[in-house]
Amino acid sequence: MIWNETKECMSRDEMSSLQSKRLVKMVDYVYHNVEFYRKKMQSMGLLPSDIKGIEDLNKLPFTTKDDLRDNYPFGLFAVPQSEIVRVHASSGTTGKATVVGYTRKDLDVWAECVARCFTMAGVTRNDIMQIAYGYGLFTGGLGAHDGAQKIGATVVPMSTGNSQKLITMMVDFGVTALACTPSYLLHISEILEQQGLLDKIKLRTAVCGAEPWTDEMRKELEKRLHITAHDIYGLSEVMGPGVACDCEYHNGLHVNEDHFLPEVLDSKTFKPVKEGELGELVFTTLTKEGLPLLRYRTKDITSMYTSPCPCGRTNVRIGKFKGRVDDMLIIRGVNVFPSQVEVALIGIPEVKPYYMIIVDRVNNLDTLEIQIEVDEKYYMDEIKGIETLTKKVAHVINQALGLNAKITIVQPNTLKRSDGKAVHVIDHRKLF
Amino acid sequence: MISKQLSVFVENRKGRLEEVLNVLKENGINILSLSLADTTEYGLLRLIVNDCNKGKEALTKSGFSTLLSDILIIKISNISGSLDETLKVLSKNDISVEYMYGLSVDGTKASIVIKTNDILKTDGIFTANKIETIGIEEI
Repeated sequence: MIWNETKECMSRDEMSSLQSKRLVKMVDYVYHNVEFYRKKMQSMGLLPSDIKGIEDLNKLPFTTKDDLRDNYPFGLFAVPQSEIVRVHASSGTTGKATVVGYTRKDLDVWAECVARCFTMAGVTRNDIMQIAYGYGLFTGGLGAHDGAQKIGATVVPMSTGNSQKLITMMVDFGVTALACTPSYLLHISEILEQQGLLDKIKLRTAVCGAEPWTDEMRKELEKRLHITAHDIYGLSEVMGPGVACDCEYHNGLHVNEDHFLPEVLDSKTFKPVKEGELGELVFTTLTKEGLPLLRYRTKDITSMYTSPCPCGRTNVRIGKFKGRVDDMLIIRGVNVFPSQVEVALIGIPEVKPYYMIIVDRVNNLDTLEIQIEVDEKYYMDEIKGIETLTKKVAHVINQALGLNAKITIVQPNTLKRSDGKAVHVIDHRKLF
Repeated sequence: MISKQLSVFVENRKGRLEEVLNVLKENGINILSLSLADTTEYGLLRLIVNDCNKGKEALTKSGFSTLLSDILIIKISNISGSLDETLKVLSKNDISVEYMYGLSVDGTKASIVIKTNDILKTDGIFTANKIETIGIEEI
């Protein structure tokens, strides 16, 4: 099923011409309504009329999270406060919260985009859908809620924090669709397993987002729960969840590029990378009224594909995220993404898919420790067996990262399961 | 006669061992013998208790990794050389000992817990060689 065939299946040429038309209008709009962009463009000697289409995109200035923070709270809004009908704010883990604002039309577009994504995941009006993202300042809860409601699904606004209630209702209501973070879904699947409820649920699809996860983890979740799981992507600065999502072919995430113009750029030269190569994902909003952004640097590392997808959608796809620019650890000179550790661990049946990476520096040498939990089924009472297992894990990690890691087995259920964004890294080094 | 041993994975942290023992106490489990194998990272506590199933259940509920494994309890003469004799029988039959620890000394007899690479075969060898094995309830 495709929610909006006109917009999701148009030819590449039609899309480019629609994007060009919208970009020209957007640049003119921000120039005349946002002082920050007007000043920036003036300092670069750039006039709105210099932008004639998407081929001129590289002339435009970038926007970063710092720009949003510097203009806290409403400095980058392009409309008077009376036109703003809702604000959200990011979690603020990296400093002051960044505030985003939406006009009534922005909320309509958002719901439309989420509806497209959920439809990709197979959600229809016949589904009962639990939304288990936090409701509130975080865009996840209300964003997903509006999209599910637009489709006409029966929405159960769970929010986060009460897994037992979620599970009870999942069983009692016959819930068929769920939106939450992938780590929370893993947590839920574990409780269902413990309580022997896996065959009592009717869940058939899950749309997971808000944190990067791997294809291996998706397959693991699909196998455990007998569902299909989909990756929904978004960020509050650009809109919230619903910027992109993967369809049943899991060929990458289809971008709603009639609203958000994506680029994947080399992290040093800021030139577009070749199709399929890794770079930083950058978005220019094409229709946003409240908080329009030019070339917003997401810090997310991915690749982009324009090849046709068997599902029939023609919009570009972004690959699975390889982490964030600022999530990357450099250990003994080696670039490490926590997701690599996850992929490696999922391949080892004796080990649970939870982990904690602890990085430290002892005598000027980086140390890497990975804490893991052993699956109950594989528990053993001989030191020999445990040593063999830790050696095996160390070997797999070494193959994946090119680094030696100390593997520590911790007691079951001690590694953090998270309701929101899972924390996988503790870095004790003082590098800055 | 094959018996069950309860083993517990204990993180090498202050107070963890005490927590294990406390769970057993709260559940009225009596420890007949124990052995603690330690490494720098963790310890393995091996226990012979009066009710291993109840002990396992209680410890698992409290968040510990536990396992019941098959072991043999042999009763041999409390004189020099008797253990040597016993082990010779095993090595002659190509059985290797994984670990063992003392259980009790009772006058002329000593009981020892023994774990080998093939418990079933070992049990047969003991029977054939008239080496006495006992059950936990006989301790």
